[in-house]
Amino acid sequence: MSQSQDFFDKPETVKWILRGLYILCALLVILDFVVHRHTEHPWEGMVGFYPIYGFVGCVVLVLVAKLMRRGLMRSEDYYQAGDKEVGRADH
Amino acid sequence: MLITDLPPFLLFYLGGLLAALSRGKLRAGLMLATIALSALNLWMLPDGFSVQAELMGMALEPVRLDNLNFLFGYLFHIAALIGVIYSLHVKDTLQQSASMFYAGSALGAVFAGDLLTLFVFWEMLALTSVFLVWARRSEQAYSSGMRYLVIQVISGLLLLAGILLHYQKNGSLAFNFIGLEGLSAWLIFIGFGVKCAFPALHTWLTDAYPESTPSGTVFLSAFTTKVAIYAMARAFPGTELLVYIGASMACFPIFYAVIENDLRRVLAYSLINQLGFMIVGIGIGTELAINGAVAHAFNDVIFKGLLFMSMGAVLYRTGRINGSELGGLYKSMPKTTILCIVGAASISAFPLFSGFVSKSMIMSAALKEHFNVVWLLLLFASAGVFHHAGIKIPYFAFFAHDSGIRCKEAPTNMLIAMGIAATLCIGIGCFPELLYRNLPFATDYSAYDVTHVLTQTQLLFFSALAFVWLNLKGMYPPELPSTNLDADWFYRRPIPRLVGGITAAFWAVDGAMRRTVMSVLTTFEGRLAKLNQDNGLLSRGISTSAMVAWMCVLLAAMLLLKFI
Repeated sequence: MSQSQDFFDKPETVKWILRGLYILCALLVILDFVVHRHTEHPWEGMVGFYPIYGFVGCVVLVLVAKLMRRGLMRSEDYYQAGDKEVGRADH
Repeated sequence: MLITDLPPFLLFYLGGLLAALSRGKLRAGLMLATIALSALNLWMLPDGFSVQAELMGMALEPVRLDNLNFLFGYLFHIAALIGVIYSLHVKDTLQQSASMFYAGSALGAVFAGDLLTLFVFWEMLALTSVFLVWARRSEQAYSSGMRYLVIQVISGLLLLAGILLHYQKNGSLAFNFIGLEGLSAWLIFIGFGVKCAFPALHTWLTDAYPESTPSGTVFLSAFTTKVAIYAMARAFPGTELLVYIGASMACFPIFYAVIENDLRRVLAYSLINQLGFMIVGIGIGTELAINGAVAHAFNDVIFKGLLFMSMGAVLYRTGRINGSELGGLYKSMPKTTILCIVGAASISAFPLFSGFVSKSMIMSAALKEHFNVVWLLLLFASAGVFHHAGIKIPYFAFFAHDSGIRCKEAPTNMLIAMGIAATLCIGIGCFPELLYRNLPFATDYSAYDVTHVLTQTQLLFFSALAFVWLNLKGMYPPELPSTNLDADWFYRRPIPRLVGGITAAFWAVDGAMRRTVMSVLTTFEGRLAKLNQDNGLLSRGISTSAMVAWMCVLLAAMLLLKFI
């Protein structure tokens, strides 16, 4: 057990997991050429539509969310501090 | 013991009462026995079972079983069973009793055949569930529960107003297809919409659910919203507006989920995202789409419950739930980690997991009915769900940087409850026929064709690749202790301040008026006092002779007046 305790902390393990992911991703794209897909949406038929959409979609999602932080992020006790202020104003 | 044809909610209400009166192992036994008996009762009820009643000349149907609601009945039994097992270690009468009443109210609502019965259980859902929020017994939970209750009751009042107008117009209270026409229908629609967490009406959910106890949130996530989904599917299927509302519900919460720090609040946002898929299905309204919505509601209760349970276990063991404070917990809680990953894979709709077999029905239906843009949005939401619920939740809780927290594995009862949910997730994912057979409409749909499996896997793996890439580039937003403003800001900040300002202004005017009157009175009093002081006009001593002289003058004046 003690050996597997920090299994995921080893850079080696992380490297192998990432390599596995890259290989699987590559395989999945290659499958696009091999497998005949029946499609309904006009864009769906493009080779690599789903991989590109998934990747780009997620990057956009994260970047937009980061941008949202600028406008929406407040300190952790934002509302608690506010509640007390409002509470004081009542008296 | 002979039980025949009891209304499905009755045994749960009885169970809630028993839970309130018993303690310890007896209570655990009674609660589990209640659920088993109630499930048996439901199973034995004949097809098309109905209870008719009359109240002041109005025909009511307090109980009605049909194709659309009976799956929800079983679902709520499964959810209650999992929730009760999960909370067996809890020694809190309030929570355990409230959860039984809450589950019973959900059963009452989905089996209601008329709108009045629906309204009663609609409000009972609010009244019973708020105790699960308050059970956390913190100041935040109390105020959050208050806001939750107010909004839930408003939803009920909108529903009631709609029902009254509906009755006036149609002369019937039967709860069937309503369709979005006329004021009454709109009122009912918005009443349902509040509990469905429509955009901008959703904040009660993300506000209150994460403030509840570890087990309270598991119950909360299962019932209220799914009752609302059922009600929507009954009354407004095929309403095109719902397609767009649903698509926006599927999309906007994922942005919040990415930057939210409280991992149970991340799940609350992702709950809205999943509801969005169901709402789209109801809006499309074809048999395939409605089947998809119901199937997805079924799966969502289980995988979302599983995720909430795993995060509840983390909160229970470490006392923390913020992503910024967690990490590396796989070393202490390996079983919880694996169970959480099963839930994450299910909500992300990996092939062989439950989300895949139901979400793909809704996606297919959207394509078949040519909602092309909506389909693209849903695809984006699917990728996003994997990002925040599939990767972020397990990654920041159990992996990422080691927070140094070492704790015990989750209690056995929690592991059993999570194990049941995980088994169902994989079971339904591998044998979807079990679920499909019980859907409202007969279907020969199959999720497992090569195209679906390949495209979904591609989508998910490249989402994962995006996560890895962003992380390696240092572009992924770190978990930060923070509050993110959402629509609830309006009623938590400007409105209370405005009300506070108006009240303050009122008191200021009031104070000024009081001060003016007081100063006039004080001046008058001062004058009087002066007159009464030594040698004042009113306090001078006057000699007797002067008095007599004045009397004479007065008499003379009177005589004079008499004779003039």
